[in-house]
Amino acid sequence: MNTPLDPMMPRFLPLQRRIRETADVLSLVAEPLEGEEMPTFLPGQFNMLYAFGVGEVPISISGDPQERGHLVHTIRDVGAVSHALLQLKRNEPLGIRGPFGKPWPLDQARGADILLIAGGIGLAPLRPVIYHLLAQRESYGRIALLYGARNPADLLYHKELERWRRVPDFQVRVTVDHAGREWLGDVGVVTRLLPKIRLDPADTVVMLCGPEIMIRFSTLALLDMGMSTKQLYVSMERNMKCAIGSCGHCQFGPHFICKDGPVFRYDRVEALLKQDEI
Amino acid sequence: METVPKAPVVIAEKALHTLVCELQSAGYRVIGPTLRDQAIIYDEIDSVADLPQGWTDEQQPGSYRVAKRPDMALFGYTVGPHSWKKFLHPPRLRLWQASRTGNEVSFSHDETPSQKYAFLGVRSCELHAIAIQDQVFLQAGHEDVGYRQRRDDSFIIALNCSEAGGTCFCASMKTGPQATNSFDLALTELLSEDRHEFLVEIGSQAGADLMHGIASREASAGDLETAEKLLAQTAANMGRHLDTQGLKERLQENPEHRRWDEVAARCLSCSNCTLVCPTCFCTSVEDTADLAGDTAERWRRWDSCFNGEFSYIHGGSVRSSTKSRYRQWLTHKLAHWVDQFGSSGCVGCGRCISWCPTGIDITEEAAAIGSAASPPEDAS
Repeated sequence: MNTPLDPMMPRFLPLQRRIRETADVLSLVAEPLEGEEMPTFLPGQFNMLYAFGVGEVPISISGDPQERGHLVHTIRDVGAVSHALLQLKRNEPLGIRGPFGKPWPLDQARGADILLIAGGIGLAPLRPVIYHLLAQRESYGRIALLYGARNPADLLYHKELERWRRVPDFQVRVTVDHAGREWLGDVGVVTRLLPKIRLDPADTVVMLCGPEIMIRFSTLALLDMGMSTKQLYVSMERNMKCAIGSCGHCQFGPHFICKDGPVFRYDRVEALLKQDEI
Repeated sequence: METVPKAPVVIAEKALHTLVCELQSAGYRVIGPTLRDQAIIYDEIDSVADLPQGWTDEQQPGSYRVAKRPDMALFGYTVGPHSWKKFLHPPRLRLWQASRTGNEVSFSHDETPSQKYAFLGVRSCELHAIAIQDQVFLQAGHEDVGYRQRRDDSFIIALNCSEAGGTCFCASMKTGPQATNSFDLALTELLSEDRHEFLVEIGSQAGADLMHGIASREASAGDLETAEKLLAQTAANMGRHLDTQGLKERLQENPEHRRWDEVAARCLSCSNCTLVCPTCFCTSVEDTADLAGDTAERWRRWDSCFNGEFSYIHGGSVRSSTKSRYRQWLTHKLAHWVDQFGSSGCVGCGRCISWCPTGIDITEEAAAIGSAASPPEDAS
């Protein structure tokens, strides 16, 4: 199916595979229709995913931007629409509008050290960045991932995390808030892992995605390390209906999260993040 | 619309009737002010007889009343609860229909032909409101196809305001009272004991073409002077005033001003202000399906930042307090709008003041929060 002219009309792609990530998170892999190419996307962009007759929600693209044969979204079962999306079976049509939004600053970050900080399902929008960094490893300085979740069962992408840990020159640290005896890794908030990462604070670009509380404490710690607000990038989430800047729902101060974001350089949203109910 | 250099003309009151007929025979649905349920609203009119001749309105914060005028003016009132967005940006609109057979989905297109509207009596503040909504819906790359169609098909007869209402402040917002562009024709009602005529300015080729069929005479220097005086008088009689100097910055710098709490104590979060506002554009999308789940529709309907679910994300509404919702509305309208679309989102029409059930006055709130003299924050 060709891209519809009307930006509010989804196109439908058949679901190819469902990958269970955690008890309530699945990745949906869609494939292009025969003879058609998958639309390109940039790491950090999102699509509006539509469950036929039920509704539509914004979901970050979590797959590899170089991999043109698949389109991957990682979805947590939190509401009526995400629930319906996660009920889709193989070959059933997944409605898609997009991709939308501003991506992570991968071009501007060339040559610099890269630190990714993810919390919970916030790893999903950063996974395309990891694929990109590993594919173009020589273009960047030191690279690191700090990933926190509530408990070990909430960690996404287990196998890949293991694989990434074994990649030389990729510092991967995982921590959880609560764990049983079987957990041998770190326990505590992600900021406690910061001293263990080797990078040059003066020449590092940080990309953060996770709960706003995590973003708040992480950015404070990063600024304490001597970084400037212009080195930090955050991905924001708000209610979204149109994704094209005309429904008004995703406004965050003067910004429309859908088109000015979801990725923002921190200095542009710092004051707003400190206010309640913006 | 292109500027057509054509001298203004004067037509008799009767000729307005011909003008409406001409528009109708050209296939337009003519929409104009008409009296219904004790208010002057915008609806389809059959003829000039449907206009609220001899009526006026009296507006104050939280109050709107129609009243009889001593004369037979056809446009002797200001703006009511409706605005033209009702037609250009309909309250409920089906965006598409689709049906599903197995794993195949197909869209069916609405075959209803587009309506051609002629808007009669569009005030200068409303012309600005339409231009502001154009900025929202005609963004490069994301053009709203239906809106574009409705805009392109519309014929606009503007009206220069001969009177200012009790809640009007277009002079402060530099959006009136004189219609200066973006119209096909612009009328000024010239009414005195011995005359009832209209000065007609021509703003487009379509406007010029329409005027060919209407009996008119060239406007005299005296006619133009009379119209000018009327407009000067209207500008001088604004019921409200808003100082916009530095307002954007001060609103954006004062999200914790104590006035937000004070206004929240009066605000019912009812969303009336957003519904009557001619520029408020926010919508929600509703996806529906039939019982079998084989056919689905997508509808778009007006929404308001005063509704709880407007900012809902999993876990709750981002803006749960009335304070945060009022702050969002006012700051968006008068400040963030400038960053987003290059102009204020307020045209000074005063509707939100008149139709607020508790009489909250945007000019008063903006002045309290946004004026240099006010205390920035609660000291406690």
